[in-house]
Amino acid sequence: MRPQDILMPVPAGLCCKPGGFHIDPVRPVERAVITHGHSDHARPGHGAVLATQETLDMMRLRYGDNFARTTQAIRYGEEMRLGDVRIKFHPAGHVLGSAQIAVSCKDTCIVASGDYKDAEDPTCTPFEVVPCDVFITEATFGLPVFRHGDAADEVKKLLASVALFPERAHLVGAYSLGKAQRVIALLREAGHDAPIYLHGAMEKITYYYESRGIALGELRPVKGVKKADLAGTITLAPPSATSDVWTRRFPDPVTAFASGWMRVRGRARQRGIELPLVISDHADWDGLTATIAATGAGEVWVTHGQEDALVHWCKSRGLAARPLDLVGYGDEEEHESAAADEAEV
Amino acid sequence: MNRFAELLDRLGYEPGRNNKLRLLTAYLRDTPDPDRGYALAALTGALSFKHAKPGLIRDLIMDRTDPVLFGLSYDYVGDLSETVALMWPKAPLPGHNNPPPPTLSEVVTTLRTLGKTELPKQLARWLDELDETGRWALLKLVTGAMRIGISARLAKTAVAALGDKDPHDIELIWPGLAPPYPDLFAWLEGRGDKPVNSDPAPFRPVMLAHAIEDTDFSNLDPADFIAEWKWDGIRVQAVSGRDERGQMQARLYSRTGEDITKSFPDLVPSLHLSGAIDGELLVLREGRVQTFNVLQQRLNRKVVSPKLIKEFPIHLRAYDLLGEDENDLRELPFAERRAHLEKFIKKLDDPRIDLSPTVAFDSWDALMAARADPASAGAGEDAEAVEGVMLKRREAPYLPGRPKGQWWKWKRDPHIIDAVLMYAQRGHGKRSSYYSDYTFGVWTSGEGGEQLVPVGKAYFGFTDEELLQIDRFVRRNTTEKFGPVRHVVHEPEQGLVLEVAFEGLARSSRHKSGVAMRFPRISRLRWDKPPREADRLETLERMLKDVTAN
Repeated sequence: MRPQDILMPVPAGLCCKPGGFHIDPVRPVERAVITHGHSDHARPGHGAVLATQETLDMMRLRYGDNFARTTQAIRYGEEMRLGDVRIKFHPAGHVLGSAQIAVSCKDTCIVASGDYKDAEDPTCTPFEVVPCDVFITEATFGLPVFRHGDAADEVKKLLASVALFPERAHLVGAYSLGKAQRVIALLREAGHDAPIYLHGAMEKITYYYESRGIALGELRPVKGVKKADLAGTITLAPPSATSDVWTRRFPDPVTAFASGWMRVRGRARQRGIELPLVISDHADWDGLTATIAATGAGEVWVTHGQEDALVHWCKSRGLAARPLDLVGYGDEEEHESAAADEAEV
Repeated sequence: MNRFAELLDRLGYEPGRNNKLRLLTAYLRDTPDPDRGYALAALTGALSFKHAKPGLIRDLIMDRTDPVLFGLSYDYVGDLSETVALMWPKAPLPGHNNPPPPTLSEVVTTLRTLGKTELPKQLARWLDELDETGRWALLKLVTGAMRIGISARLAKTAVAALGDKDPHDIELIWPGLAPPYPDLFAWLEGRGDKPVNSDPAPFRPVMLAHAIEDTDFSNLDPADFIAEWKWDGIRVQAVSGRDERGQMQARLYSRTGEDITKSFPDLVPSLHLSGAIDGELLVLREGRVQTFNVLQQRLNRKVVSPKLIKEFPIHLRAYDLLGEDENDLRELPFAERRAHLEKFIKKLDDPRIDLSPTVAFDSWDALMAARADPASAGAGEDAEAVEGVMLKRREAPYLPGRPKGQWWKWKRDPHIIDAVLMYAQRGHGKRSSYYSDYTFGVWTSGEGGEQLVPVGKAYFGFTDEELLQIDRFVRRNTTEKFGPVRHVVHEPEQGLVLEVAFEGLARSSRHKSGVAMRFPRISRLRWDKPPREADRLETLERMLKDVTAN
């Protein structure tokens, strides 16, 4: 069987005909298998949804109880038969509950890795390399200029700035699902034990992380706190809020942004960021290329991001590679900005 | 090097002056000698490395990366140093034998003596040893393209804060100091005496004027003042003196004390008498003062070509004398200094340096008439380069800073047009949550009928209350968003009219409208005026003609 007979891109997403399901569909479908809880991958309105317990919980938090007709939870390492294929979930290291999905049919195995990172993250299960014949990889940071470095060093930079400007508030823009909790966990690992403040949009998901046993220390809603009391503190907020009227409640705020995009100075300046923190939940260039090599796949399909460079790299290594035309996915941070902007007052 | 790199990196993002100062002072306090001294030298522009050209850096990266990947990356990042810093492959040396990254001092002292042929290898070695930010800073440093929004003055202010000194004190001794400035730091930290400025041509902190208000005149007696034209050039101090070997040294300083002599080598031979002139730098062609737009071609040039010198002949118009030979004249009343100046200029007898004429007047009304029409009040053909008049108290000594009641500037009324707000962008720092940068346009006839064409951008002139009002208007009337930019409704019957004041107008091929404004600012919000009644491009073109016809 040819790989494209097992999985193929269609307008609704990645379709598995012999299995009768779609992976991360962008339109409502009968049966959806979902890699992780970010809104561009996990959408409401499907018939049956198969995902990890955490991903299902996050969808419920965001979309309400009726986000799908039926749901089924699956654990990492658990195998299941769907139609003529077998599927198995493996940790993707992207956010809590994120998974790569291995789809096998006869003797061909394709891994749809969703979004992933191979860097350490105290808030989720580490990424696992899954040997396969075809590897479907994201390419959000698919250029060799993206090398994220150690996230702990970036958090040190943030703490040094808090020490240097004790009369100012530090506002850290971070995607509310995953990035925010990772930044908080890293701050705790770096020894910062003061209360950390949360923008209202982050509260529910952050408390959910805590309920799954991830210790985040003392957290406080920022709403209602007096301006003067926010001097010298750190507040986590959705990226779009850090340039919004909302920031006027803070004393002379230092605007930080935790994102892989912050590696490129022009991107940071364009957004008016004063303290860029290169912390990413996606694999960087070295991570992407090392992972591709480690899977042993002879064929690579590249999706959402900088496909050209990664396809070129694969070909120069003698691997069959092609960009996969999938629309509707992107950088979750950009999505969140657009969404939160609507709510601007 | 890494600590310096972190500083540059952070400064590049920090919009606020005070916060920049805090970062600089913290760095200078925490960094040992001689690194901090070389950092200060780098920030004040006292270092230059002539061999490190962009081509060399491109060659280095091409040897180490796939050209297709480099092309895609450079295209994405848009800055050579940054692309190379980010892409530079990790050094192949494993284990614990890696040399530590170079210190800033090591880089500076090595580059001083290194030959051109050895440079690529040495640079590559350092790039292997440094992290990304370190590589970026190294490349910015060696190519002399730091552009992080720090003036030499700001760096000196930061170093002054280290010892709680006045920045003027640093300016005074600065010309006698050399990198890495151990004596300066010793003095600031109370470990040594104040360094003596043995410079024969030192800078003296300048005296500045207040803008005069209508209400001020009733308290001022015209008889106490001398008036001069306010020239639209740049304020400079030209200082000459003999060094210990008897050689004449001449220097030209900006109003903040930056040594800009290198940009104006054509003026140096004219400074052949020992003294310190306060005056205006202008471009003169056939005896006529050119506008600021012409002078601008000579500013901020690293390389001054013979062609540039010939096409833009530089001139100094003198209005004060601060010192002559060994004598400090600053304590004398202005009227006496002016007499010394007149004699000095006569003795100098140089076509490149002349005296700024005084404007005769016996009442404020007479001066107002002269200011409204400089051409017939003595400025003649130079009238277009007159920005207004300066009033100087006869009895005033030369005091640094902006002392009250001594000097006044009385500018000509600015040009004013009514334009329509088209786009708004968020500001920086304290203003990052406000739409505070405005692009405005005027009407013109286009293919599709009447349309607005952008003519300029302004981000000040309004009050805090007006900023809130515009911000609210922008948020409620956005038609499209592009990243940080919002398109604001601008239809004949719908939109916001801004009264824009500006100082001058020039032709510009960079702007779609063909004109560029000098110093535009929002002078009033015209909520009362519908956009269709705003000005037209023809009005600006007419202003431009008036300017060039003179």
